[in-house]
Amino acid sequence: MARIVFPDNFVALTGGEREFNIDVGDYRALVMELKKRWPQLAGLLEKTAVAIDGQIYQDAFLETINTDSEVFFMARIEGG
Amino acid sequence: MAEAVEYKQIGTSPIRPDGVDKVTGRAQFGADLVLPNMIHGQVLRSPHAHARIKSIDLSGAMAVDGVLAAICGDDFPSVEGGEIGGEGGGTVSDLAKNVMARDKALYHGHAVAAVAAVTAEIATAALDAIKVEYEPLPPVLDVISAMAEDSVLVDENNYTKLPEKPDNPSNIANVGTLARGDLDKGFAAADIVIEREYKVPMAHQGYIEPHACVANIDETGRGSVWCCTQGHFEFRSLTAKLLNKDLADLKFIASEIGGGFGGKTVVYLEPLAVMLSEMSGRPVKMTMTREEVFRATGPTSGTVARVKVGLTNDGKITAADSWIAFEAGAFEGAPHMPGIMSMYAPYDLENFKVEAFDVLVNKPKVAAYRAPGAPQTMHAFECALDEAAIALDMDPLDLRMVNAADEGTRAPYGPKFPPIGFKACLEAAKNHPNYTKPVPAGAGRGVAAGFWFNIGMQSSAEININENGTVMVIEGSPDIGGSRASMCLMAAETLGIEYDSVRAQVGDTESTGFCNVTGGSRTTFATGMAVVQACEDVIAECKKRAAMSWGVDDDQVEWQDGQVVPAPGVNADVTPMSLADLAGSAAKTGGPIQGRASVNAQGAGASFSINFTDIAVDPETGKTEVLSYTAIQDAGTAIHPAYVEGQMQGGAAQGIGWALNEEYIFDDDGVMENAGFLDYRIPVASDLPMIDTYIVEVPNPSHPYGVRGVGETPIVAPLAAVSNAVSRAVGKRICDLPLSPPNILAALDD
Repeated sequence: MARIVFPDNFVALTGGEREFNIDVGDYRALVMELKKRWPQLAGLLEKTAVAIDGQIYQDAFLETINTDSEVFFMARIEGG
Repeated sequence: MAEAVEYKQIGTSPIRPDGVDKVTGRAQFGADLVLPNMIHGQVLRSPHAHARIKSIDLSGAMAVDGVLAAICGDDFPSVEGGEIGGEGGGTVSDLAKNVMARDKALYHGHAVAAVAAVTAEIATAALDAIKVEYEPLPPVLDVISAMAEDSVLVDENNYTKLPEKPDNPSNIANVGTLARGDLDKGFAAADIVIEREYKVPMAHQGYIEPHACVANIDETGRGSVWCCTQGHFEFRSLTAKLLNKDLADLKFIASEIGGGFGGKTVVYLEPLAVMLSEMSGRPVKMTMTREEVFRATGPTSGTVARVKVGLTNDGKITAADSWIAFEAGAFEGAPHMPGIMSMYAPYDLENFKVEAFDVLVNKPKVAAYRAPGAPQTMHAFECALDEAAIALDMDPLDLRMVNAADEGTRAPYGPKFPPIGFKACLEAAKNHPNYTKPVPAGAGRGVAAGFWFNIGMQSSAEININENGTVMVIEGSPDIGGSRASMCLMAAETLGIEYDSVRAQVGDTESTGFCNVTGGSRTTFATGMAVVQACEDVIAECKKRAAMSWGVDDDQVEWQDGQVVPAPGVNADVTPMSLADLAGSAAKTGGPIQGRASVNAQGAGASFSINFTDIAVDPETGKTEVLSYTAIQDAGTAIHPAYVEGQMQGGAAQGIGWALNEEYIFDDDGVMENAGFLDYRIPVASDLPMIDTYIVEVPNPSHPYGVRGVGETPIVAPLAAVSNAVSRAVGKRICDLPLSPPNILAALDD
């Protein structure tokens, strides 16, 4: 199952859960599942970047999440 | 490491296409546009660093002969919510208040009103006729005291963003943390522990061109804005949001730009100019003086950082624990998160924690400045590592190699690194002649690492084939570092033609597709990717046209060295068709030949660096002399090597200036005392030796040509490299910047 890891500002809203495992086919399915489990994450999810198997996405949508994928949420970077 | 690829165009350094115009004065910058009937806008700025605005009376200004419009905060529509992306971004409502104060002036120089008049002199004089009643308040000027519970509040409605809303407001807007492993276990395993506090001052991007724009809005509310900007699409969007306008009514045109470095990714004058133009019915030009640039546009955060790091006698880092306070200025948005994500990035750490704070103070709102947050945090950690290297009698490069991140290392922010070039940079430094030569007598040699993530984001590109087969590339990324030449090189390489057959143009918001800002070291990567894909679109179309001309199927032709040829095994007695041939027959085969692409580019590759420098210090005067400076950086693939070197040298010069001299000096009333280049001392050519560069190329597998962004990493390492060199030269650790002569002497006397 894919490993999903949250940053500190998510953990505060998930009741202390920092990571969990789940089978989802893509990022959209993951977001739907997260919003179902923790509705209070919805706003944060829109403003967060995500790394899927080492690749950082600012606007992930249908990217594939495999059963052995690692998913990390993180602050967006834009730079100067 | 991948085998080097042989390119025909990429990797050459043709003369920059904008060079002649820029050195002859022909290039059109933000302040150069003159329109018929144009009038001039000027801004009234707060004389107080912190004050309630009790009333503003514009009638005196409007009564001045020649004044055609006057505005203040009350003239702006109210806008709520919405985040503005990027470091220093904040919210739309904060940006609206920064562009024009509402109920409070929050820093000395904060815009409180603006007028437009037939001459700039009349507009300036009319400012004196505006009556503003202020209630001065005590300013909050120190980041540590701003964090205290009993501090005066910059914003009485600011509550630190925590899961449970605090009982009381605070000057702390945001808190960020990263952590992994077991700190106690890590420190217990350490043979030595270094623990220090480091200060980095607030500093300005120092672009040579002040902000400037011309807005020309007609009676229907539609019109155009000419401005110097890193992102005209972003400026259009922000201006429309702040003024509640339809962005389709505004055309934004990017002028040539005299530097931005992140500071021109956010609007200041543009909404004012649009409003004044709409009110007066005339085009309105607004330009900032250098003093206004310093007082009222975003510098980057000053910081206070506390670092504790434990290492074994072999130099292996066992634990790192850090705390950093960032000055945000008058509104939230300090780059605390990218700062802490960068801090330990070059190293493979098992046990670490870093906590950072985004803190309001009565100073100008910070904006992005080249790798925002990273120079400040990495200064602290790289200095601590240098002190450890001395304590362990270890070469500082060797200490970094013991801990170096590589492909597969888990980054501090979570994911594993794809192929990266940090070890290659370390090896290049170790073997560089500037490193193998002895340190000059009386000097110290400082080493430091740098890092930036780089980003992709959205870009569009169109390719038009001219009637003679030459190529026009149109894209929407303002050229702040040579991107037009890089686009031409990538187009030429993809099409298999000569560089001189390609031209590139930055289109305005009505003539090309959307592009995110030129920033984040994204342009060569992301807009380049769009250009490559647009060229591939052209190739597909050319093959179709040639197949039509030859009466064969599309899959029976190939593209080779700028021509369509029959595929192997296809028996066609034909002459290969060049772009000129295809363009010549285009009317018969379907019309003009074009290609286009739009991307949200993924897979931006991080860029690591190693810098080292030899610096001598005069113990009598505290004056420093930079004897040599070497910058080594992974560029992935250097599309235009001379431009890459320019980025490395420019970033190094900025970092050296920040380390040695640059700082905002405020008096007790919060007024900046050195708001000009005479007293805000950035390096000039005579201050620095030639900065030697060495480009490492570990291609980024996610880009067709292996590109990594290079624009931001160069500023990260110099702060610590200089600090380490000076500390070694004087034989004493000096932790606070800048290392100006009086500060060095004070540290030596302490």
